[in-house]
Amino acid sequence: MIQKPTFTSTWKALLYLLPALVILLTFNIYPIIKSFIMSFYTDYDFFKDIVYEYGLDNFTYIFQDAEFWKSVVNTLVFVIGVVPLSIVISLGIAILLNTKIRFKGIFRSIYFLPFVTSVIAISMVWRWLYHTDYGLINYSLGLFGIEKIAWLTDPQWAMPAIIIMCIWKGLGYNIIIFLAGLQNIDQQLYLAAQIDGAKPWKRFMNITLPMLSPTMFFISIVSVINSFKVFDEVFALFDGKPGPAYSAQTIVYYIFEKFYNEWEFGIASAAAIILFVIIFLITLIQLRLGRSRIIY
Amino acid sequence: MQRAAFSKGFIYLVLIIGSVCMLLPFAWMFITSIKSPGEVMMMPPVWIPEDFKWENYKEAWSMAPFARYTINSIIVTVLSTLGELVTTILAAYAFSRMHFYGRDILFSILLGTMMVPGEVLLIPNYVTLSNLGWIDQYQALIIPWLASIFSIFLLRQFFLGIPQELSYAAKIDGCNNFRFLWTIMVPLAKPALITIVLLKAIGSWNSFLWPLIVTQSKEMRTLPVGLTSFSTEAGINYELLMAASTMIILPMIILYFCLQRYIIEGVAKAGIKG
Repeated sequence: MIQKPTFTSTWKALLYLLPALVILLTFNIYPIIKSFIMSFYTDYDFFKDIVYEYGLDNFTYIFQDAEFWKSVVNTLVFVIGVVPLSIVISLGIAILLNTKIRFKGIFRSIYFLPFVTSVIAISMVWRWLYHTDYGLINYSLGLFGIEKIAWLTDPQWAMPAIIIMCIWKGLGYNIIIFLAGLQNIDQQLYLAAQIDGAKPWKRFMNITLPMLSPTMFFISIVSVINSFKVFDEVFALFDGKPGPAYSAQTIVYYIFEKFYNEWEFGIASAAAIILFVIIFLITLIQLRLGRSRIIY
Repeated sequence: MQRAAFSKGFIYLVLIIGSVCMLLPFAWMFITSIKSPGEVMMMPPVWIPEDFKWENYKEAWSMAPFARYTINSIIVTVLSTLGELVTTILAAYAFSRMHFYGRDILFSILLGTMMVPGEVLLIPNYVTLSNLGWIDQYQALIIPWLASIFSIFLLRQFFLGIPQELSYAAKIDGCNNFRFLWTIMVPLAKPALITIVLLKAIGSWNSFLWPLIVTQSKEMRTLPVGLTSFSTEAGINYELLMAASTMIILPMIILYFCLQRYIIEGVAKAGIKG
């Protein structure tokens, strides 16, 4: 029984769609277009909502702004610092959790706990953990004879501090997704390999990893996208500043600063568009690379 | 057998060390929150405070309008979650069960916009809201979040999995679309709806950048925004800052431990980041 759309059915459907569409058109779709247009506003009076001049000046400004390039570099450092480590650690834990052990559920809940808590509140806790003189982390390092590190006040250590915290926070999510992926692997493959005398490491390399490649692919895309948008953690960890001497300024922080503190709507919009283009291109590259590696 | 026991011991060891690393920040937050100012700054650290200073909570609570922040967070979370639930159910039903012109194109456009990072929407949305005169009002905190493409997509997939025959049977019995949706589809889609509600509630309770931008007065702040300004006021009084953090984190931890099965399974199935 195939139904064809009619005018009556379209009207009816529109009634069902109306509430969602009104919101989505106003706050999701229109702003995408508007943001693109705003990035060309070079002379704009926000209070009167009048644009006096359009042009490419915002983009030239950004590309010549050393602060912007610094935020791009910081963001890249962050992505490269968080994503691979987080994937390796969470995969390891997921594999251990997938063995025949007790208290599996309890372990899983513990690792997932940071996911549900407020980034802001937990960043406050980390700010305290990272305290140079009274922080638990420096105290623990001291037990191993390592000297105090000025995590939050030394520009060199600001990025590592953020990276460690974000790995900690994001671990649980990756573990859950990996576990779901692991449980989808056909157990007979392992039995067959065992009969053929394959050692655990071989089984991991030749069964687990290839069978897990779609999951791995998904996680790496999601993690890269989310890492590019890091903001809350920076804001909360450094008390509303982008780290000592701008050492932890990320792209979104740059957008926020231009928009919220300097009221440069055009420049902020242009930076947001650039962020979108960067994320879009990197996702495309990942899709390309992924297509050749994935074994379904 | 011996080797198996050894490797099992190793697995437990690694998992337990990992768990300690995950829980330690929470434990340290709580321990610090009931210390006296002197104990906070003691080295080596004090693990069990001499007497539990519960009054830190009272003090933190009265130093900033946390009551107001909490009420705001509850209002925003409850209303935006309920609102999103209604718009999602209606839209997902239309996309999965109704036949209308432009359905597939519209759906693809919506999915396509999910590619755009939310930060791109920030500035135009701010301008829209200030034109509407909604800045620093509940409308600004709630209305832009009353619909989510991701939730519509999730529920549509779930609706598509419900056998079509049910709706034929219902129609023959004289049940119209609207009643069919609410009395048959919605109860059947309970697992998907619980996932949508929980992820939305967690995201809404914890959201920061948007409430930071659209609120100006103290009275309109939500808990996370209030906490960042409190952290400046609290300064080096870490016991107060930790007490405030505990107050924000605790409701979510309780909710999590009551409903963790739904949250974890929901994330595993939906595969999204809140």
